[in-house]
Amino acid sequence: MKHRDILLKLELRSNPDLLCAVRGAMERLTEKMGFPEPECRSVTRAVDEAMANIIRHAYGDQRDQPIELTCRRTQRVVNGEPEEGLEILLTDQGAPADPAKMRGRPLDEIRPGGLGLHYIRESMDVMEFTRSDATNQLRLVKYVQPRASTRGS
Amino acid sequence: MQIAVRRIDKTTILDVSGDIDLASSPEVRKALLRELRVNRIPRVVLNLKEVRYIDSSGVASLVEGLKASRDTGSRFILFGLSSIAREVLQLSRLLKVFEIYDNEEQALGS
Repeated sequence: MKHRDILLKLELRSNPDLLCAVRGAMERLTEKMGFPEPECRSVTRAVDEAMANIIRHAYGDQRDQPIELTCRRTQRVVNGEPEEGLEILLTDQGAPADPAKMRGRPLDEIRPGGLGLHYIRESMDVMEFTRSDATNQLRLVKYVQPRASTRGS
Repeated sequence: MQIAVRRIDKTTILDVSGDIDLASSPEVRKALLRELRVNRIPRVVLNLKEVRYIDSSGVASLVEGLKASRDTGSRFILFGLSSIAREVLQLSRLLKVFEIYDNEEQALGS
């Protein structure tokens, strides 16, 4: 990672009371990057939901575990034209994610729970989850003017 | 987030203000289930006019309220949804599942 590309780096604890601070930071950052207002809201929502999933599922609601949020510029080329984007990396040292739960659930079932992943997928162009050396990493990318979806697994 | 409770005849109005997120949604859930399941109030109305943000755990609390109202034969009504709250319910494909009104007058007159 080139340090000059880093826009924001936060080291947080898994405390739900801090989610409002993360939302505030993400709203300002996405505005600054030139995302339209609905996308500022949806990217902020995706990060909030991803953090909430880490707190609930990876850390089982423990409030004092480490979460690192890194936002950096990224770029892709579409039809020969460069397209600016925001890459968000969320890392934690919690329990590994259950791949079955990472798939989400059908929305025609009216029941509580399971909506967060759906919000993240709907909001972002890329969503990739990896685990290595007991660290979970969620990589989210949103391009400022996406022309085609390149959603990952 | 704060919740104020008003009781008018056989209706409870819960005025919620602030953000409904992972930190605060348990309080919303508790207030809804208290009115619907414990107090058996025939009509519970949730005022979301001052709510700036709702996450998936907040939506889950609303769904629990809806299920409790169906179990107890009560009505569970929402009003004053911001565009952000509507957006989240739309995204969850739940906008048509809830009984929603624009304002309190309409909600109480229904």
